[in-house]
Amino acid sequence: MKFTLGWLRDHLDFDADVNTVAEALTRVGLEVEGIHNPGDELAPFRVARVLSAERHPQADKLQVLSVDAGDGPLQVVCGAPNARAGLVGVFGAPGAYVPGLDVTLKVASIRGVESNGMMCSARELEIGEGHDGIIELPADAPIGTSFSDYAGLNDPVIDISVTPNRPDCMGVRGIARDLAAAGLGTLKPWRPGTLPSGAAPLAEPQDEAPAVRTDDPEGCPAFFAQAVAGVSNGESPDWLRSRLQAVGQKPISALVDITNYVMIDLGRPLHVYDRGTLSGALVARRAMAGEEVIALNGRTYQLTPAMTVIADDKAVHDIGGIMGGEHSSVTDGTTDVLVECAFFDPDAIARTGQALALTSDARQRFERGVDPAFLDDGLTHATALVVALCGGTASAVTRAGEAPLGLRHYRYDPSLAKTLGGLAIAPDRQRQILESLGFSVGEDWQVTPPTWRRDVDGPADLVEEVIRIEGIDRVAPVPLPRVPGVATPTATPSQKIERRARRAAAARGLDEAVTWSFLSEAEAAPFGGGAWTLANPISEALKVMRPSLLPGLLAAAERNLRRGAGSVRLFELGRRYLAEGERPTLGLVLAGDKRVRGWQAGKAAAFDAFDAKAEALALLAAAGAPVDNLLVMGDAGEAWHPGQSGTLRLGPKTILAAFGALHPNVLRAFDLDGAVVAVELYLDAIPARRGTGFMRAAYTPPALQPVRRDFAFTVPAGLAADALVRAIRGADKAAIVAARVFDLFEKDDVRSMAVEVTLQPGDKSFTDADLKAISDKVVAAAAKTGASLRG
Amino acid sequence: MADQLDALRDQLLAAIDTASALDTLEACRVEALGKQGRVTQLLKTLGAMSPEQRQVEGPAIHGLREAVTAAIATRKTALEQLALDARLSAERVDLTLPVDATPTGTIHPVSQVMDELAEIFADLGFAVATGPELETDWHNFTALNIPETHPARAMHDTFYLAGQEGTGGIDDRETPRVLRTHTSPVQIRTMLANKPPIRIIAPGRTYRSDSDATHTPMFHQVEGLVIDKGITLGHLKWTLETFLKAFFERDDIVLRLRPSYFPFTEPSAEIDVGYTIEKGKRVIGGHPGGQGGGGWLEVLGSGMVHPKVIAACGLDPAEWQGFAFGCGIDRLAMLKYGMDDLRAFFDGDIRWLKHYGFSALDVPTLSGGVGA
Repeated sequence: MKFTLGWLRDHLDFDADVNTVAEALTRVGLEVEGIHNPGDELAPFRVARVLSAERHPQADKLQVLSVDAGDGPLQVVCGAPNARAGLVGVFGAPGAYVPGLDVTLKVASIRGVESNGMMCSARELEIGEGHDGIIELPADAPIGTSFSDYAGLNDPVIDISVTPNRPDCMGVRGIARDLAAAGLGTLKPWRPGTLPSGAAPLAEPQDEAPAVRTDDPEGCPAFFAQAVAGVSNGESPDWLRSRLQAVGQKPISALVDITNYVMIDLGRPLHVYDRGTLSGALVARRAMAGEEVIALNGRTYQLTPAMTVIADDKAVHDIGGIMGGEHSSVTDGTTDVLVECAFFDPDAIARTGQALALTSDARQRFERGVDPAFLDDGLTHATALVVALCGGTASAVTRAGEAPLGLRHYRYDPSLAKTLGGLAIAPDRQRQILESLGFSVGEDWQVTPPTWRRDVDGPADLVEEVIRIEGIDRVAPVPLPRVPGVATPTATPSQKIERRARRAAAARGLDEAVTWSFLSEAEAAPFGGGAWTLANPISEALKVMRPSLLPGLLAAAERNLRRGAGSVRLFELGRRYLAEGERPTLGLVLAGDKRVRGWQAGKAAAFDAFDAKAEALALLAAAGAPVDNLLVMGDAGEAWHPGQSGTLRLGPKTILAAFGALHPNVLRAFDLDGAVVAVELYLDAIPARRGTGFMRAAYTPPALQPVRRDFAFTVPAGLAADALVRAIRGADKAAIVAARVFDLFEKDDVRSMAVEVTLQPGDKSFTDADLKAISDKVVAAAAKTGASLRG
Repeated sequence: MADQLDALRDQLLAAIDTASALDTLEACRVEALGKQGRVTQLLKTLGAMSPEQRQVEGPAIHGLREAVTAAIATRKTALEQLALDARLSAERVDLTLPVDATPTGTIHPVSQVMDELAEIFADLGFAVATGPELETDWHNFTALNIPETHPARAMHDTFYLAGQEGTGGIDDRETPRVLRTHTSPVQIRTMLANKPPIRIIAPGRTYRSDSDATHTPMFHQVEGLVIDKGITLGHLKWTLETFLKAFFERDDIVLRLRPSYFPFTEPSAEIDVGYTIEKGKRVIGGHPGGQGGGGWLEVLGSGMVHPKVIAACGLDPAEWQGFAFGCGIDRLAMLKYGMDDLRAFFDGDIRWLKHYGFSALDVPTLSGGVGA
């Protein structure tokens, strides 16, 4: 919401400068987003008289002027057709920046004649559209004075952000009221017809009241209207045009400008119809299915029966409270008008505006809620302005329906300012604040908000009003009571798992990325597809909620490789969005070189599925999963290399992780070359550690050292190493504490594995007979898997 | 006899001292002390001597043996040291050759800041709460006093889930229909699931349909909520001041409260924090009115929890009151650590991650500091 300091002065008597006003606005909750003084930009331009004008010796369309800008004649070359001796205009000297041309003037030679500045047009100074010639000021304009002072352009424009709860501050008067309450000046009285230059006489009703009615008491409970006959529409007076221009509203014609002016001045949207285009009574009603209207923005809108419109016998003329229609809009030829001042239901306006995706200044105000008690005065004021600026005779007023005042009464306890707001304010002062904002406060502290404050809802709101005017900065900080002693831990088991997994991954050399939660459908497809699709995605690339963390990481890996990274180790800790819910997950991707080429190690090495397995196990261990008991099983899914991927399970059903190499088709879809391996850890599947307190199980390191024995087996082709090792470990659970494949040999159909078995003696050392017996058990157990001791 | 012994001693010791290798020294040893060695032969003569003669010759011959033995040992040690020196000198390597670097990973600034927040607020008695990102209309809006037609809903640029339009609507507490637009629904879920007093923060991902230089459709927020008896705006102010001082590790943090509007708080305030200019950069802290210049940055939205919100969660607003606040985590990270492009947070560029990321060992602690 923009307004000027001068405009504010229409409603508020004050001495403060613009910065003080801005501080006060921010302090009461009307945040100032910008202050701009158009006069600052035009400061170098001065009022000047053309002393003489001669034809340019080298150019037909140019003249050589002698200009007096207060300190003697200057030679200026000018191309304006209206430049002539005696003209008083606006002069920019060398060094002045001309905003409309985006150039800084300098002494120049134009077709061989020196020019010392420029006489300017309105468009060149961005103060209007005029470009037929240079600005012509009255002959008595004081030569040499600042043009912006002379033209009243030194009027700072203040732009404030109005929160959705403040319909009243969508008009200058409401802003003035807040400032007055905050002690910055005195609110001036206002009555219909009040104009900056004085008061316009109220129009005497001479004609018959126009036929209007409302058939939609929900959407449009009140429709007041007044006709004016015999108007002459044209350009608005300068004061009105410059007001509107200053706040960014383009002047259109006097009738349109009046409605915009009243809307910005008083927060009261209006609409003016060209009565000559209407047929029969004007009715507020619900739109009929299939109806449409061409709005003032030139676009056609399809209407539904949920929407309130203003229509005559033949057509819809207005999307009620949001935007008028093109057909009945006023033109320069308009002579008879109908001024509408209606009340539209805020919720209905919001729904219609959302459905049509149509925003307008009127909608912004109606959906926040305009003052329901201001229909009569608003209409009288608007009609007075029409008659004052455009002439004509007014009709009597038609009042169809009644705006709901929605008066609410709250019992207020002034001590709430302290107990809720933390600021002790004397009850009398609170009463004064509330009354200055227009609230009525009874002796018994029954408070009734003013009709323009639809937002106020309950005593907490009254505290807010009192505190913000008194000064929220005056609230003193009060320490939160705290439990004596050192703070107790607050992290939950799942939070601890996440923290440990994250820091372990970083410690293992992985960089943590944060990628989008949404993907394209194509990216999601190989990972099971997205269970959740956005109805209004920002683009096709960000459309479905990710079923896996890997697509985002693969895309990031590809970007990194494309940028020249040799090796990419990325992980992310976030959620997968499955049909059954959101699942905390750690994903990681290893791409590019595992090891760069080196003088020691030789050639560069790529990542393989075992690197993925190593990460999976290490991170699961860090997160507290019982990694010694995990089963490696197949079925990681269609995104993975079918022969080089698997899952890590705690029992057949609980999947803690998927790992391995990714399917070449998936890599191709992500523009990735070479082997890329990945892991996905399902953090919520990791069993929480049992709460056994801090005490560890009793333990004394064995006195005797372990014994190691190696066994070489020939194994069947399909036998998994894990199966052999498990069989061996089970051969003598008391003595065998570890078994590990340390060599693998495969040739033709023969596969052999060498296993190192660690035996831990108890109280006594193993005898040769003991060792023989254990070895026999190992060989027997291995034989059950089909493995035979190599000869 | 004595002269002979002396001559032999000189001869043997000279040979030992000049032995240049271990095999030569061994030959010396055999010549002197071997079975047929010259000293051995002399020792054998002792048996045939008279006791008187033996009393004279015995110590002399034994003395010779000991001297030779000691000389051999000394020479052996010296020769071994020479051999070791020679070997070590041959083993010299070029230590300027590069070593294979162990890959070093990083923690994302968003995670780091979340950990910092958890640490600071844990000391104030706040636990970390979480909630779903696919949210119901009711939790995200309705329970937060944002009715269907409220302009605030349009303000939020909500992402809606497809296929959910026909479901229960704004009062359905089960069916997710939107991507949460803020972390505030965690307030609702926390109040519904826990009895007051409540002190939580809720960091997490949030979504708005917005994408430009300073907005991304996904971003991170942290919510704070205190519900207790007798909580006022003063407690809110102290908590935020304490938090920001701890977070930026500066005592000269200056706050400015501005009245504002959020449907779920009343009174509501936006919190600006003062910044000053140090070496041409904006630095949080110090009074903006000071000599070097400065200004205010909006960092937080906050307020006293609206009585309707407390009531929507089944609590009696006459008994319980409290405050809530919300803050952008990405923005906090940018203000503290100086990144200037929000979009880079979500690109996964390892150059950026290695530059702005944190070591796994940079675990925020109260004793070590929450900044790294």
